[in-house]
Amino acid sequence: MKVFFTILCSAWVLFSSGTSIIVGPGSPVRSLKKAIELAKEKDTIRLQAGLYKEGTLILTKSLTLIGDNNPVLDGEKKYEILLISGKNITVQGIVFRNSGYSAMNDYAAIKLVDCSRVTLDRNTILDAYFAIHVSNSVHCIIRNNRISGVPTSEQLTGNGIHLWKSDHALIENNQVQGHRDGIYFEFVTASTISNNRSEKNIRYGLHFMFSNDDTYRNNIFRDNGAGVAVMYSKKVRMEKNHFEENWGASAYGILLKDITDSYIGQNSFLKNTVGIHMEGSSRIEICQNQFRNNGWALKVQASCDDNVFHHNNFTGNSFDVGTNGTLVLNKFENNYWDNYEGYDMNKDGIGDIPYHPVSMYSMIVEQNPTTLMLFRSFMVSLLDKAEKAIPSLTPENLFDNKPMMKKLPL
Amino acid sequence: MLKLSRYVLYDILRNKIVIAYTLFLFIVSFSMFRMEENGSKALLSLLSIVLIVLPLVSLVFTTIHYFNSYEFIELMLSQPLSRTRILLSEYAGVCLSLLSAFWMGVGIPVLVFSPDPTGLALLFTGTSLTVVFTSIAFLAAVRSRDKARGIGFALLLWFYFALIYDGLVLLILFSFSEYPMEKFTLLLSALNPIDLGRIFIMLKMDISALMGYTGALYKDFFGSGQGVLFTAGIMGLWAILPLWGALRSFKRKDM
Repeated sequence: MKVFFTILCSAWVLFSSGTSIIVGPGSPVRSLKKAIELAKEKDTIRLQAGLYKEGTLILTKSLTLIGDNNPVLDGEKKYEILLISGKNITVQGIVFRNSGYSAMNDYAAIKLVDCSRVTLDRNTILDAYFAIHVSNSVHCIIRNNRISGVPTSEQLTGNGIHLWKSDHALIENNQVQGHRDGIYFEFVTASTISNNRSEKNIRYGLHFMFSNDDTYRNNIFRDNGAGVAVMYSKKVRMEKNHFEENWGASAYGILLKDITDSYIGQNSFLKNTVGIHMEGSSRIEICQNQFRNNGWALKVQASCDDNVFHHNNFTGNSFDVGTNGTLVLNKFENNYWDNYEGYDMNKDGIGDIPYHPVSMYSMIVEQNPTTLMLFRSFMVSLLDKAEKAIPSLTPENLFDNKPMMKKLPL
Repeated sequence: MLKLSRYVLYDILRNKIVIAYTLFLFIVSFSMFRMEENGSKALLSLLSIVLIVLPLVSLVFTTIHYFNSYEFIELMLSQPLSRTRILLSEYAGVCLSLLSAFWMGVGIPVLVFSPDPTGLALLFTGTSLTVVFTSIAFLAAVRSRDKARGIGFALLLWFYFALIYDGLVLLILFSFSEYPMEKFTLLLSALNPIDLGRIFIMLKMDISALMGYTGALYKDFFGSGQGVLFTAGIMGLWAILPLWGALRSFKRKDM
């Protein structure tokens, strides 16, 4: 009898997984809080259009929460709106707005703590402190969300999508703007960031710390206060991203600090103050990228070693490469430089004399930035020509031995 | 006055140097736009023409013209005409001929191939530099006793503005590199019309590089509407002050 009862119970649990609860002004359950209380594991809650002000909602059951016609959850600038801790949870199609601000806690519109297999899909988050905050979670998917904040200062604005100590996350097709960092990764491994658009954030479009074995591809990072920073990580793959118009004294397309064994390929860098800035980085392969109209295409500090730059296109940059010392442990090969003035006698498409991408003047500017005032003056071109004939200041080992004569088709 | 300027213009057109100058500018600009695959690189090459050749030609041509028409000026002085009027007509005639050479030689190719903000900035700079250096040349010529000295002085001035001044700036910036020199460089740029024009074009051409550090200051200053007025104003001063000096000495000069 007892066995029979157990089987009956489990069958009941199993078959009831499809039930859905409708929450809305016209239905019996009017509050989402109530619906979450009523719901059993694997239920679906359908939130009808309307404005819900319910303080902080805590979701720990494996539920699917679907918004119909953009229902709005309002945090009244006081509360964290949705706190999720559990597994197999989906939140979809809901508008979150006005989440609270706190100097003590990282209040977020949606916070995920200790989760696994949680999906956030097609949500809209407006005026949040932190928009999506994920910690200690695995296999979470964040996709198709629209996130837009009101930028004030670095202290008063949180990150758009913030992940801490997670792995196997997938961040896809999101649009983030007006936050401190668009996407922030700290101790996140084996994750993918793809097809996102991160723009007009006050600090970085993407900020990466201590996050190994991650990939980001096909993203667009535009007009962020300081571009993209990738720091203290290993085995990061950066492919087919667009880095555009990151302007400022310390703005970079990508800032690489202590990165090793990584790959940067097929990206385009357009109109950044610095395309790639590298510091203390080793064993990075940088190939098939386009560098167009940047202030400096590359700034490779002397602390970098064993990096290989090959088959990139450098066109219309004010300076091709800048560096801060004469020690060069990196390799440049088969790149196309539009400032190359050499010739090709045997017509194999490769220039016969090496190209030195560091000009005398870029060394001078590195030492004394105010001299930027003299850029493109007759004086400076004379200095550059003299330096080309008799190199003294520029690192003589920094050259491309096989510069391409024609632009590479990328 | 207009009549006099017209005579000066006819005279200049007759000796064909201005026509040769126009053709030279036109061929150079045209071939640069045809040779380089993108317009911005051609503009870059044109930039050096505008910053180097334009001031040189304006200075030397004006000085030579002044001394060549010395007899004509003497003849005019015997007529009931004020000295101010005579010199201003000379100035207007020379300036207009050089400007039309620049507009036809560089203006037309730029407007055809690259009618963007950078191109327009180049035309603005070229126009201002022509006006400014014609005026400086008049000062040099009126103050010199003979043709050889006049041309020598003009060449020296060109050398100073195009090369020596930048060298001095580099020296100053390195000697005082421990001090905040950002604001000071704004003043330094105003003291040389070539530098001022160059920075004005750079703001359009190398905006990405300029956004770093010191450059952001330039961008804020020159890039604003106020900055454009400032540039135009300083260029105006550079045109008016030497001309005024030339007029003063011309009025007192024993011909």
